[in-house]
Amino acid sequence: MLNSIFTIFLFQLAGEFVQKFFELSIPGPVIGLILLLSVLLLKNRYNRSPSTFERELVSSCESLLNYLPLLFIPVGVGVVMHLTLLEENLISVITIIILGTLLTLAITGFIMERLLKEDNQK
Amino acid sequence: MIDQQKLYSIWVYLQAEPLFWLTLTIGSYIISDSIYRRTNLFPLLNPVAISVLLVSLILISFDIKYERYFEGAKFIHFLLGPVTVALAIPIYRKWHLIILNSKAIFISLIIGSVFAILVTYILSLQFEIQKELILSLLPRSVTAPIAMGISEIIGGIPSLTAIITIITGVIGASLGVFVFDLIKLKKMEARGFSLGLASHGIGTARAMSRDKNAGVFAAVGMGLSGLTTSILVPLFLKIVM
Repeated sequence: MLNSIFTIFLFQLAGEFVQKFFELSIPGPVIGLILLLSVLLLKNRYNRSPSTFERELVSSCESLLNYLPLLFIPVGVGVVMHLTLLEENLISVITIIILGTLLTLAITGFIMERLLKEDNQK
Repeated sequence: MIDQQKLYSIWVYLQAEPLFWLTLTIGSYIISDSIYRRTNLFPLLNPVAISVLLVSLILISFDIKYERYFEGAKFIHFLLGPVTVALAIPIYRKWHLIILNSKAIFISLIIGSVFAILVTYILSLQFEIQKELILSLLPRSVTAPIAMGISEIIGGIPSLTAIITIITGVIGASLGVFVFDLIKLKKMEARGFSLGLASHGIGTARAMSRDKNAGVFAAVGMGLSGLTTSILVPLFLKIVM
């Protein structure tokens, strides 16, 4: 467990470093994700059987991801407490968001559904 | 008899402690999540939305400042970074699916991201809102840190963008499934990708709770749309302004 936590933090730290160093607009953690994914894929190319360490990392990450919704609560509460910032525009903004989001979901899903191939490797 | 004075002084002490708000946040999530599971993941009872309402209600009724609440909640908030890195694992495990569908992903990504910006812009003009607010709305479908960065670059108000982004996430996560059912989408990968692209992390959390493949495609959609949107929004503004 501790090894996995350390690994995750280390990759996030590396991501933050890369972001600052190259002054990128992508957040550090997303760069950390790309770095960790690259390392795993590279490793997989030479050695297909997962090590004990890798198995532990997989299970720790998956249990962390189970709580993903919980992590949005602090920001979400901030939104409710600061809704007054939108003032008289609140209704227009909410309407734009609802219509815009639902239309985007429909278009993207529609196109994707038609382009996807069947998975034969399941 | 219960000493009311004493109880009151204990409350005054505890509500100043981060532990109190940390416990409240986790507690309201446990309650919301168990309601969500008991209703067989009914989308309108999205656990993020319900817990946020619960906590906000308590803060407002006891007149607690958000800054005080965040003193405790920041420990949870901190984990958003590490959990983003952890998304590498499900993507890694389903890598073959992503390679197999790379063309589908690329085309849907470009059309979806362009459409998200365009539809927001057109609707904003319809509602005749001021320019600064339009600029704060444009990057709304991507994860908050990226959206806030874009907003700052193009002259929007980052804190407003953060609010708009979170509302977008909750709307997509709680209403998305009705749209998918309406247009009869069968493939979980298409539903997931669309949720990640249009409503970032909160949409991805919903997708993950429903289906593994949907979750992976949501994570991919979220990451990729973050990249394309940060390039597309400034480009779009150069064309229309």
